[in-house]
Amino acid sequence: MNLFTKAALAALVGVAPLSVHAEETLKIAFIDPLSGPFGPSGDAALRHWQYAADEVNKGDGINGQKVEIVAYDNKINPKESLVQLQKALDQGIRYIAQGNGSSVASALIDAIEKHNKRNPGEEVLFLNYAAVDPAFTNERCSFWHFRFDSDADMKMNAVTDWLVGQPDIKKVYIIGQDYSFGKAVAHAATTMIAAKRPDIEIVGNELHPLGKVKDFTPYVQKMISAEADAVITGNWGADMVLLVKAATSSGHKVPYLTYYAGSLGAATIMGEGAVGQVKQISEMNTNLETPDEQDMLIDGFETKNSDISYYYHRIFTAMGMFDAAATAAGSVEPIKVAMALEGMEYDTAYGPVTMRADNHQILQPLYMSTFSADVKRDVEDLGLGWASGDGDRIEADKTSMPTSCEMKRP
Amino acid sequence: METILFSLLNGVIYGLLLFMLSSGLTLIFSMMGILNFAHASFYMLGAYFAFSFTQVTSFWFALIFAPILVGLLGALVERWGLRSVHQHGHVAELLFTFGLAYLIDEVVKIVWGKNAVDYRVPESLDFPLFELFGAQYPAYRMFILVVAVGMLVALWYLLKRTRIGLIIQAALTHPHMVGHLGHNVPRIFMAVFGAGCALAGLAGVIGGNYLVTDPAMAAFMGPIVFVVVVIGGLGSLEGAFIASLLLGLLQTFAISIDANFSDFLGWAGVTATSELGSISISSLAPMLPFLLLVLILIVKPTGLMGDREV
Repeated sequence: MNLFTKAALAALVGVAPLSVHAEETLKIAFIDPLSGPFGPSGDAALRHWQYAADEVNKGDGINGQKVEIVAYDNKINPKESLVQLQKALDQGIRYIAQGNGSSVASALIDAIEKHNKRNPGEEVLFLNYAAVDPAFTNERCSFWHFRFDSDADMKMNAVTDWLVGQPDIKKVYIIGQDYSFGKAVAHAATTMIAAKRPDIEIVGNELHPLGKVKDFTPYVQKMISAEADAVITGNWGADMVLLVKAATSSGHKVPYLTYYAGSLGAATIMGEGAVGQVKQISEMNTNLETPDEQDMLIDGFETKNSDISYYYHRIFTAMGMFDAAATAAGSVEPIKVAMALEGMEYDTAYGPVTMRADNHQILQPLYMSTFSADVKRDVEDLGLGWASGDGDRIEADKTSMPTSCEMKRP
Repeated sequence: METILFSLLNGVIYGLLLFMLSSGLTLIFSMMGILNFAHASFYMLGAYFAFSFTQVTSFWFALIFAPILVGLLGALVERWGLRSVHQHGHVAELLFTFGLAYLIDEVVKIVWGKNAVDYRVPESLDFPLFELFGAQYPAYRMFILVVAVGMLVALWYLLKRTRIGLIIQAALTHPHMVGHLGHNVPRIFMAVFGAGCALAGLAGVIGGNYLVTDPAMAAFMGPIVFVVVVIGGLGSLEGAFIASLLLGLLQTFAISIDANFSDFLGWAGVTATSELGSISISSLAPMLPFLLLVLILIVKPTGLMGDREV
């Protein structure tokens, strides 16, 4: 092959992807685990994103463009996530959605920050719907990152507020996954319990390897011998399901204060025995009084995805706010959308939410839900579901925490 | 006290599960001189077959037929795969089983999906057997214990007390002589390979719902099984048995110990807040088998009961 043909070929290869750029849809790259122990979590979230996109597309899309979710499997591995991010960037995608794993979010924030610095005019925006390591909206905050879920500290604040009203609980066991998020939960729990309920003894504070433990029975037996009155855990995905599996089979009947007991598959394993015992702090449950539109949305979602339950309301909030921001900015250019998102107020079916301008953290109402047999809308076809009483709602402004973020805007 | 008792029970059960897997591997090794890298994949197949069987029939049906099916598959692999590769030497055989492991992994992902399947403990065994110190003990775990011990006794009897066992043992050390005596040595090899795979399959059937049935289960179990076989001594069943129980107990006890490095190294000035001192013993549990492997290789390269160098 002579030099000329080589050059011609190179030019051809270089030019070919350019033609793909002439797309009409607005693509959001969804980078999350779609296989492995956390595959079910990623898959469920993906279907929420796709449904949210379908809903937006029923109208005229976002700023006139139809939305398309492009899924990338990162196997919950930060390194793999960067490879997938590069793939998305190569396709000209300007919006990244990710949530499962703060370890992944951390890598993405750094990579996106760098990319945006090096490629002015081609910035990408990170819509974080579930990675809740508080660092992302504090010391490591980034203009290109927006978090649509309450962070680990905000949720722990609610959990410990609940503990204040439970004088019977004297011994607490903390168990979590051994990475930045699990450590953040443990740190928040120990400091907040010490401040609010100094009489509570923390009888165990344990981290286990992420997604590696297949049998939690030894851990549960440790909790039983420590005579814990309550267990606090940030576990999610398979780690949540297997933890409650071990707890149920060992007959460990104490309150489990969780972030993610709503993880797919956990309810089936918990069954009747967990009624009244397992609690979850989240942005909603499906048994709250809501406007008809929201009921229709949940019905529609669960009809289309009959094997999973409506769980990630925050994904719909993220999509809604994205839509509103693009409309306000009159553009889908990430930098303009980001500017419009800052300080934006938005009405959801569960109350008004605000995107803080100073650190890009959402302020949303939180609910302390309890696993219950008396529910209108159940999960996983069990006749059991999540419900909350009047005192279990924490208003959005009450969830606000001080931030150490010094936002650098472009 | 209760911690010790429970850890003992859990450790023994996990250990026996490991033995079920490693016994087949070590048998195959002592006979053919190859490490079957795909062994844990047969364990995975056992779990998935059992899951599929329970969808249409019952767990008891799966308990009998899933291992047989895995064993047949193993025999086929030996007859049509390994035997023809054999003439090209050990490296080719190793590579063959290595490739086979990947192949089975991918096939499982295609057939049963990338995520874990909902393979449950049968309802007739899903109840607490007894309660001890406030913790219930699930009946299914005891069932695992019974099956594993039953298998152990049957295997021991077969190898040490029957004519078949005699021939197998002879074929291990003197294949040519056994051949001259009129026995079909290749068929014995095939039978042993099949039986080894069936044992792995059985471990999959009862381990799949005790742990998790997903496409990563082979990759998760594989390294640990190799560690067992190497620690026990390549080709030694007794060694594999001791090593399995040792690892099972070691891992469960490590989890239940509530201490960190500062408790042991306090005299050396390691404090609980320092980087080293804050590492807890329980977080080291997944690392222990490999630590033991390294130590054994340094101190006694033949393994606990083995007579050949690794």
